[in-house]
Amino acid sequence: MRNGVSRAAPWAFLIAAAVLPLLLASDYQLFQLTMVVVYAVAILGLNLVTGFNGQISLGHGAFYAVGAYVTAIMMDKWDAPYWATLPVSAAICAGVGFLLGLPALRLGGLYLALTTFALAVATPQLLKYKLVEDWTGGVQGIVITKPDAPFGLPFNADQWLYLFSLTVATVLFLLAANLVRGRIGRAMMATRDHALAAEAMGIDIALLKTRTFAVSAMFTGIAGSLGAIAIQFVAPDSFSVFLSITLFVGLVVGGVASIAGPVFGALFIEFVPNIADQVSKAAPGAVYGVILIAFMFLMPSGLAGFLRGLLRKAVRSIRPATPSRSTEG
Amino acid sequence: MHRRTLLSTIGAAVAAGTLPKAWATTVGVTATEIKIGHTIPYSGPASAYGVIGQGHTAFFKMLNENGGIAGRKINFISLDDGYLPPKTVEQVRRLVEQDQVAFLFNTLGTPNNTAIQKYVNQKKVPHLFLATGADKWGNYKEFPWTIGWQPSYRTEAQIYAKYITLNHPNAKIAVLYQNDDFGKDYLIGLKDALGADYGKLVVKEASYEVTDATIDSQAVSFQASGADVLVTAATPKFAAQTIRKVYDLGWKPLHFMTNVSASVGAVITPAGPEKAVGVITSQYAKDPTEPTWKDDPGMNEWRGFMKKYLPDADLSDSGYVFSYGVCNTLLQVLKQCGDDFSRENIMKQATNLKDLEIPTLLPGIKVNTSPTNYHPIRQMQLAKWNGKTWELFGSVIEGAGT
Repeated sequence: MRNGVSRAAPWAFLIAAAVLPLLLASDYQLFQLTMVVVYAVAILGLNLVTGFNGQISLGHGAFYAVGAYVTAIMMDKWDAPYWATLPVSAAICAGVGFLLGLPALRLGGLYLALTTFALAVATPQLLKYKLVEDWTGGVQGIVITKPDAPFGLPFNADQWLYLFSLTVATVLFLLAANLVRGRIGRAMMATRDHALAAEAMGIDIALLKTRTFAVSAMFTGIAGSLGAIAIQFVAPDSFSVFLSITLFVGLVVGGVASIAGPVFGALFIEFVPNIADQVSKAAPGAVYGVILIAFMFLMPSGLAGFLRGLLRKAVRSIRPATPSRSTEG
Repeated sequence: MHRRTLLSTIGAAVAAGTLPKAWATTVGVTATEIKIGHTIPYSGPASAYGVIGQGHTAFFKMLNENGGIAGRKINFISLDDGYLPPKTVEQVRRLVEQDQVAFLFNTLGTPNNTAIQKYVNQKKVPHLFLATGADKWGNYKEFPWTIGWQPSYRTEAQIYAKYITLNHPNAKIAVLYQNDDFGKDYLIGLKDALGADYGKLVVKEASYEVTDATIDSQAVSFQASGADVLVTAATPKFAAQTIRKVYDLGWKPLHFMTNVSASVGAVITPAGPEKAVGVITSQYAKDPTEPTWKDDPGMNEWRGFMKKYLPDADLSDSGYVFSYGVCNTLLQVLKQCGDDFSRENIMKQATNLKDLEIPTLLPGIKVNTSPTNYHPIRQMQLAKWNGKTWELFGSVIEGAGT
């Protein structure tokens, strides 16, 4: 049973997220928040396949790269408007994800993790490959132009891009929440928890797994497109293996199998490296590692799980009689 | 001097109160401070470059202890980008919009600088002396706020070509290049300097992919073509293979090796020091491990600085020598600015360096810039591998064209 407060909370949060930064944040901070939104969508995609379906992927940076390049190439070669590149990017990434989901049928657990990891390692080199160089711009990458607000809206480019990304992200988060709450979502989680039992219940595991991979790749690909528009530049070096690892870190820190988790994960991967850099120039990587370990130690179920626990405790202390049956949101 | 500082302080106070417009273009500069922005990978796969940032930080500390520039202290803000272009964009936007630096200095990495070049030129922020070997930072027409520093690959190739035409006018040249921007810059450089004779002198061009296993077949085809000069624009692994294969074939061309692959540890030792005898490369800075510079005044100045400000640093790391050289170039720009640290004047002075000598550059190499020359270092000296070290020979050669 969901009460009115918990139903209204996400919407209140969303409106605050849209309005407050426009009033308070500088253009630079808006850019950072846009990147948080982008990473949140990318991690959400990863969460669908890894968190909800139990297929570990260490290669989602590759889908992010495909999305980014589709947008960059369309804007660069054909002067396509930025918004028109998103559906194309979504379709292509879903297709690529579906195809890469096929080997996932035969490979479980760690083997799948290694296979996708190999994909992440190969991505920068594939982007430099000479057959596609005319399209991808090779090592030099592609520089694209930042869009202005349409219809003469009174926003500057950064404000508009933030609102645009936030709108796209909201739609995608609603879609994902609906997906995992429904029949398919239950099938995804059943497959994750006990594949054999799920199959006995009549779930077509092969189809489910490949489709989950496709949807996941689509989400992360759209994030790549939004990221390319915000950064205004794509190059092979932007999509190194570290991107995939970073997304994975965001997933785990935010909270595996949680719809709100990716937002926390995105905040972490956007801001914690900057904090680490402030602490030490000599070894920012080590500082980052220590912060990461501390987070995992204190909040083993991620930030979302930690906050959920706090909320549950608070609710229980107010109304001890209410049974806790609410599904996560 | 004191009176001048006092006057400029009063001037600043008056300006801040009554004439904000007159100071509008001197972003990041107050009567007591100049803010400089910098990005470099302190973390991630390219974090070995981080020593350059540490060198810079130490240099500006020294400068501040010695009184700063025109009564102002340098506030050097150096941020980590992990060699990731998206992070560079974020950090540079922070430097420009939030920290409000006067200018950017020595930001590192070709893709990283490509990612920010358009933005900083739109914002008209001086983007000085980048740490990358690409040639495109000399494009003053399209990007008047961006200027490189070190000799580009293209300049280096021009220098080899000049030497060849001067000393071996009937050479038959073979070129091995990596099939990417790095390798292609060498082809362009050779074409610059050889001009119409390129087709006549170059008898064979062959490329390889970074993913290839060996360059054996290319080396064999070079020998078969009858070439007697080889120019190799290869990264260290392939450079070592080339040196060895050429030796094993019993082929004895005059072999020019890109200075990207002049490392003794990464190229010469794996190839075999005796097999590399006679290979020629080029240098522009003094090598800290080279005995020639043991008592060199310039290098002693650098060692003194290192001892005082970076006592624990590894003195054989050429990153610190690079840092000292490029910081000294900036120091000259700031000195030339006088008391006008507007962005326009900083850019004007950066593009008006005349015959500047830097203690860590090879003797005879001078830094020159002009509003139509955005390649500060265009001279190099050749060095030959004698079995033990790189031995400088001949005089300093200047690249062709602009």
